[in-house]
Amino acid sequence: MANVLSIIVQRLLLGLLTLLVVSIVIFLAVNALPGDFAEAILGQGATPESIATIRRDLGLDQPMVVRYFDWLSKMLRGDLGVSFAQLNFRTNLGGAGDVGVAEQIAPRLANTMFLAATTAIIAVPIAVTLGVLAALYRNTIFDRAANVATLSSISSPEFFMAYLMTLFLAFIFPIFPSLSNISADLTFFERLEKTMLPAITLTLVVTAHMMRMTRAAIINLLASPYIEMARLKGMSPMRVIVKHALPNALAPIINVIALNLAYLITGVVVVEVVFVYPGIGNLFVDAVKNRDIPIVQACCLIFAAAYILLNLTADILSILSNPRLRHPK
Amino acid sequence: MSTLLKIRDIRLEGRSDEQWNPIINGVDLTLQKGEVLGLIGESGAGKSTLGLAAMGFTRDGVRISSGTVEFDGIDLVKASAAVKRGLLGKRIAYVAQSAAASFNPAHRIIDQQVEGPVQHGTMKRPEAEETGMELYRKLRLPDPDNIGFRYPHQVSGGQLQRAMTAMAMSCRPDLIIFDEPTTALDVTTQIEVLASIREIVDEYDTAAIYITHDLAVVAQMADQIKVLLKGDEVETADTRTMLAAPTQEYTKSLWAVRSFERPAKPSVIGGAVPVVSVRNVDASYGTVPVLHDVSFDIHEGRTVAVVGESGSGKSTTARCITGLLPPKAGEIAFDGQVLPADYRKRDKGQLRQAQMIYQMADTALNPRMSIGNIIARPVQFYTGLTGKELRARVDSLLDQIELEPSQYFNRLPSELSGGQKQRIGIARALAAEPKFIICDEVTSALDQLVAEGILRLLAKLQDELKLSYMFITHDLATVRAISDEVVVMKDGRVVEQGEKQAMFTPPHHAYTDLLLSSVPEMDPDWLTNLLQERGVDNIGDAAVDKM
Repeated sequence: MANVLSIIVQRLLLGLLTLLVVSIVIFLAVNALPGDFAEAILGQGATPESIATIRRDLGLDQPMVVRYFDWLSKMLRGDLGVSFAQLNFRTNLGGAGDVGVAEQIAPRLANTMFLAATTAIIAVPIAVTLGVLAALYRNTIFDRAANVATLSSISSPEFFMAYLMTLFLAFIFPIFPSLSNISADLTFFERLEKTMLPAITLTLVVTAHMMRMTRAAIINLLASPYIEMARLKGMSPMRVIVKHALPNALAPIINVIALNLAYLITGVVVVEVVFVYPGIGNLFVDAVKNRDIPIVQACCLIFAAAYILLNLTADILSILSNPRLRHPK
Repeated sequence: MSTLLKIRDIRLEGRSDEQWNPIINGVDLTLQKGEVLGLIGESGAGKSTLGLAAMGFTRDGVRISSGTVEFDGIDLVKASAAVKRGLLGKRIAYVAQSAAASFNPAHRIIDQQVEGPVQHGTMKRPEAEETGMELYRKLRLPDPDNIGFRYPHQVSGGQLQRAMTAMAMSCRPDLIIFDEPTTALDVTTQIEVLASIREIVDEYDTAAIYITHDLAVVAQMADQIKVLLKGDEVETADTRTMLAAPTQEYTKSLWAVRSFERPAKPSVIGGAVPVVSVRNVDASYGTVPVLHDVSFDIHEGRTVAVVGESGSGKSTTARCITGLLPPKAGEIAFDGQVLPADYRKRDKGQLRQAQMIYQMADTALNPRMSIGNIIARPVQFYTGLTGKELRARVDSLLDQIELEPSQYFNRLPSELSGGQKQRIGIARALAAEPKFIICDEVTSALDQLVAEGILRLLAKLQDELKLSYMFITHDLATVRAISDEVVVMKDGRVVEQGEKQAMFTPPHHAYTDLLLSSVPEMDPDWLTNLLQERGVDNIGDAAVDKM
C-alpha cells in the first residue's frame, strides 16, 4: 500500500503543478483578449483621462507580472476578487455592499454540479451496461443498433438534441418543463424535475463515448488466455464478461468516464443557454462579453481544476483497479 | 475398463486469407477411463486444436467440419452450448501452457479455484475452499492453507502451474486436457510439476490427454502416445513400444534429433588473449542487484554456453557486454582492450564486434521491412556499401544462411517459417562482420528438427568465419550439442565454469548436478527413479527454493 500512497501523492503534486502552469496560461490568454473593461464600460463618451482613472482604480495599469502575482496570492488566500461589474454598480449607486466573485460563482457552480451529477447518475450506468451488453452480443443486431443510436446522438449538434428533447418531452408529451429556471428556494424534487431535460440531453451527448470504450475495452480482452480458461471452465457468457473481462478493463473505462464528467462541468454552455439553466457556463459567457476579467479568470481556473481533479481521480482509481499495484509481491 | 472419450474421423478447419484451410484431417482417438494419452508433434501439427476439440471447444476462426467427439455417450460436436457448459470444468477440465496468462490477474487464486464447483453447483463455497486447500497440499504447494489467498502475480510460475492443475481438479473431472503444462518452466521446476501432476492423476484415476512437443516429458506421463504431423496421425502405440520401436520414418526422425553433438574443440593455449572478457561485473536494475562478480572469457572460434534458470542473470550479462546495461562495477574487454560501459560511448568499430541473435525471431524482425532491407541496413551502416555491391553482399549473406537470395530478397518476415526467420536473424548479425555473436535462447522457440538445423548452421559459420559465440540457454541438450565451455549461473552469480567435458563428467557442483539430473530422459522410468533417488518428499522445494 505504501507504494500506492506514494504514487497518489506524486500524482497530487503533479496536479498542483499543472494547475499552476494553467493559471499562467489563463492569465496570459485573458490579457490577450481585445479591448478592456474600462473602454467597454465607458462606451462612446470615453475620454483618455476617464479610461486612465478606471484603469488605475482597478490596478490595470500595473505591469503584467505584478498583476499575475497579485491575483495568484489572493487566489491562494481564497480571495477570488471582486467582479468589475459589481464594482461599477457600487461606485455609481453608492455602495450596496461588496459582491465578491466567489459569492457570484458559488450558486452557479452548485447548479452546474447538480446538473453534472444528475447526468452522470443517468448516463454512466446506461453507458457501461450498454457497453457490456454490446460486448456480450457483439456483431448482432443489438450491438449494431446500440452503436448506431449512440453514434447518431453524439453526432447531432447539442442544441439540436436540446430542441428535439424540448419538442418531445415538453410539448408533445408535456412531462418536463421546457425552462430550467431553478432558484435556491426550490425543493430537491422541483429542482430535479427542472433539471431533467438538460440532463437527458447531455446523457445523449456523453453516452456514446463511454459505451463504445466499454465495449472496446472488453472485446480487447476476449482473446486473452484467462478468458479462454473461464470459458473452458464452463462459465456462462455473461459471467465471462462481467466477472472475468470487466475487472481487467476498468482502467480505460474509468478514464473515459472521467473525461466525460469533466466535459459535463466545463463544456455545457450551449445546453445551459437553450434551457436557460443558471449554470456556470452562462455566467462565464456573460463575463467574457463584459470583459469582467476576475470572473473569467476564476471560471477558467475552476474549469481547469475540475479537469485536473477528475483525471487525477481516474488515474488513482485505475491504479487501484490493478491488483499488481494494490498487492505487491 | 470402459471407454470415456471416442473421437472418430474428426476434421477441423481454420479460417485464414478468406478461406477455410484444414488443420486436422480425420483423426481417431480413443481414451479409456483413467488412461493418459500423450499427444506429440511439432508446432503446427494441430495438437492444441485437437486437444480443445476433445472438449467440444474451438477457438475463434476454427470450426469442426465433420466427425464426432463422444464423451461418455454425449456427442460434443452436436451438443448445445448449454450442455457443453455443464460438462466443461465439471467433468472435462483444461490446464493451459502458461498459468501466468491463464489465471485472471484480477482475482485471487482461491476465487478462481472455487468458481468451478460453486457455479456448477457441486459444492458450497466453504467446502470448495476446503477441497482446494486439500489439493494444494497434495500438489505440494508451500503453505497450502494460505497460498490461495494470494493474487496470481504473487506466486511463482511453477507454483501457479500446480495451482492450475488444482483448479482443473476442483470438480474431480473424468478427463483433463494438459496443453504443454511445463513447456514454460525451468527444468528443475518442471520436475516438481510433472511429479505432482502424475501423482494426482494416478490417485484420482483421472483420464488425461497430455499435449507436448517434448518426447522425454511425454515418456514419463503417458500410457500411450499418439504422434501428429500437420494434422494427420502418424502412429499410435503404448509408450514403451513407441519409444523402443517406432515404426514410422517421421517418428524415428523425431527420436534421432537428440543425436547432434559437435565435439568440443581443444582447450585454449595459455596466454591467448580472449575475444571477450567479462571481468568482475556487478549490475543492477534500479536498486535491485542482479549480477554479482561475474567473470568469464570467450576465446576466438569457441562457444561458451551460459546456462541457468530464468532469473539467473544470463540475459543481463549479455546486456552488460553489449553496453545496453552499463555495469555498476567491473569491466568488459574486447581483444584485451577495455570498452566503454555504455554502448552510446562506443564507436562503430567497437559496436560491430558484438552482435546479437534473439530468442523470438518473430518480434526481432521489423514486420514491414523486406528480408533484403533487414539485412542490407546493418551492411550499409557498418561497411558503407551501396548499390550493386550492397546487393551482392546481401545475396552472399543469404547464401551463407542457406536461403536462396532470389527467392527471399523481397519477402516479408510474415511469409517465412520460424526457422527461416531465425536464419534471417543470423544473417543480420553476420552483416556487421563481427568476431563475436551473442545467441540468446535462439533455439528455444523452435521445434527440435528446426532447432537442430539452426545449431548446425551456427557450427558451420563458426568454422568458416572463426566466430566466437556466447550461447545463452536453459536447455542442457543444446549445451551438450554445441558448446566448448560452460558457465553455470544461479541468482546472478557464476556457480561453476569449465570445459564441456569436465562439466558433464562428475563430480559436479551441487547446483550443476541438480540441473543436469533434472533434464528429462527418454526412459519412461526416469522420473520414477529420479524421485526415488532424491526422496519423494523433497522433489524440488527443498532442492531449489523458487519462492
